[in-house]
Amino acid sequence: MSVLVDEDTRVVVQGITGGEGRFHAEQMLEYGTNVVAGAVPGKGGQEIAGVPVYDTVQGAVREEDADASVVFVPPAFAADAVFEALDARGLDLVVAITEGIPTQDMSRVYRRLEETDTHLVGPNCPGVITPGVAKLGILPGNIFSAGRVGVVSRSGTLTYQVVDNLTQRGIGQTTAIGIGGDPIIGTDFVDALELFEGDPETDAVVMCGEIGGEDEEEAARYIGEYMDTPVAGFIAGRTAPPGKRMGHAGAIVSGSGTGTADSKITALEDNGVPVGDTPEAVADHVEDLL
Amino acid sequence: MRLHEYQAKEVFADAGIPTPDSQLAGTVEEAVDAAASIGYPVAVKAQVHVGGRGKAGGIELADSESELRDAADAILGMDLKGYRVERVLVEAAVDFVDELYVGVTMDRGRGRPVAMVSTRGGVDIEEVAAEEPDAIAREHVDPAFGMHPFQARKVVYEAGVDRDVAGDVASILRTLYQLWDERDGSDAEINPLMITSAESADSASDEREVIAADAVFNVDEDALFRQPELAEMEDEAGSGDELEAKADEYGFDYVRLDGNVGIIGNGAGLVMTTLDLVDYYGGSPANFLDVGGGAKAQRIANALDMVFSDDNVDSVVFNIFGGITRGDEVAGGINQALEEFDEIPKPVVVRLAGTNAEEGMAILNEELVTVEDTLEEAVQRAVEYAQEVSA
Repeated sequence: MSVLVDEDTRVVVQGITGGEGRFHAEQMLEYGTNVVAGAVPGKGGQEIAGVPVYDTVQGAVREEDADASVVFVPPAFAADAVFEALDARGLDLVVAITEGIPTQDMSRVYRRLEETDTHLVGPNCPGVITPGVAKLGILPGNIFSAGRVGVVSRSGTLTYQVVDNLTQRGIGQTTAIGIGGDPIIGTDFVDALELFEGDPETDAVVMCGEIGGEDEEEAARYIGEYMDTPVAGFIAGRTAPPGKRMGHAGAIVSGSGTGTADSKITALEDNGVPVGDTPEAVADHVEDLL
Repeated sequence: MRLHEYQAKEVFADAGIPTPDSQLAGTVEEAVDAAASIGYPVAVKAQVHVGGRGKAGGIELADSESELRDAADAILGMDLKGYRVERVLVEAAVDFVDELYVGVTMDRGRGRPVAMVSTRGGVDIEEVAAEEPDAIAREHVDPAFGMHPFQARKVVYEAGVDRDVAGDVASILRTLYQLWDERDGSDAEINPLMITSAESADSASDEREVIAADAVFNVDEDALFRQPELAEMEDEAGSGDELEAKADEYGFDYVRLDGNVGIIGNGAGLVMTTLDLVDYYGGSPANFLDVGGGAKAQRIANALDMVFSDDNVDSVVFNIFGGITRGDEVAGGINQALEEFDEIPKPVVVRLAGTNAEEGMAILNEELVTVEDTLEEAVQRAVEYAQEVSA
């Protein structure tokens, strides 16, 4: 089994006529993902990579039974695209790849999200992959392998690094979820951990966090209280100075001492989560847990 | 991105928030002229992006021209926590009896804006927040509706603001929220918001007044595309750091640090991890440089140019895990950049993984760089090189 994505997932790609949208729609198809439609205002009736394009997401849902969407729309229009996806009845999952959506736009999206049952993953994320089955997003499929470890991460390339370490040792993954590094995101660590905890085929989880915010501390409390599935962790940004934004909009240590790597590592370790000093050490921990 | 105080005050004043008379000055003579037209006493305030300017000697009061000359002379050109002071704001000193804190920011945990008011104004509000969280009244705002008038009143009364100015403070808070909302603020703060005495000379009507004696406005950089006026202010303000200016020009996420191992990678989390590993293996990172996704050869060459321009750098580690980014493009860029040198200025260690990594490894010119297979090995080698240089 897997979480969020399986062989039945029918995907609509928002922004499929753009450079990124087209390229990654092709990549997803090649990986075996069931991409059934594109949605681009004004481009309805076209066909991209053999996939029919609709003017609206609702049209794609109605005509092609799409139940998940991946958003490749430029930042200025991305929040509107996510609103459209949340408004379309029938979508269980929306994955927003776009980087650089203004935070206030995301605040409004988040508020709308609270009124729906849809899972939003991202924005500013690499997407979701169930190895060998389907990927929704930009993750390089070849480094993943099917198996029994769930992966959740705030950083795309760090996900690749950690997964590569796992795969090299023959440790496969159930599903990997890149939740994104922005200050306001849809699915957070706790949501993802809850999904993995409920998945009988996930035997262990790797959680990759970073400085900024308090999501990792909250996740640590959740793990301590509710999880039976063992979790190993990694926190990026131990050497980051306070007050400087380290690439990710959310990766900034506040002046008041919260959101530091130390506070996150301590919170995780206090709740029984071994935290690796290096990505290689995380794989060691996972091996011990399995 | 953070506006300077004088810029933030301009924005606040345009929106109707009362601010003291003030003028910007770049020389002592300009400061004297400014003070003459404003009238003594004045405050002289360094315009640099540094918190705690007062304590660090960046703010002085002057009652007369001779005091002003001394103050302006001392502050202009001074080094304030690493920033050179090029300009001061000369501002009418406010005769106040009370100081408040008023602010609006995003509560990322709840995904909602939050308005804050405290009667502990004029001090480091982050310390107050850490030590006495109850001393700050908070009200979350639904971003779909904006701040209702009752919410502004509620938080002002909860904070315990004096009744005779509560209405004015609530109105300023709403204006501040609207500004924050319309101008894509990340943080908007007035600290202190000064309350004058009823007898104050400025107060013609014998009523107490409120006036914003400081102004902080940080803008969401991701929203600058729809805030052209604020984007212009950023160009004017600059970052004050030559390398960071160069990074802006090239479009890199770049942060300068204290160490001597230069770091280039793709993706924020992986670059941060590379920094951490440099530290873990006994080295010290010189910078954070994220080339971003899908970097082509020229961008890679620009990244090397950036890191080589930093005199503190003794060695460089390249860590690329390709997803969108292709290893052969990266390798081509490294070759192209290094082949221009008669002698490579600093040793470069390269680690390529992911998309087209093998193709990249095959074309990398190994006479110019050291190639390592794993992240750990690459970082250790770069740290060794840096230690050899500094030994």
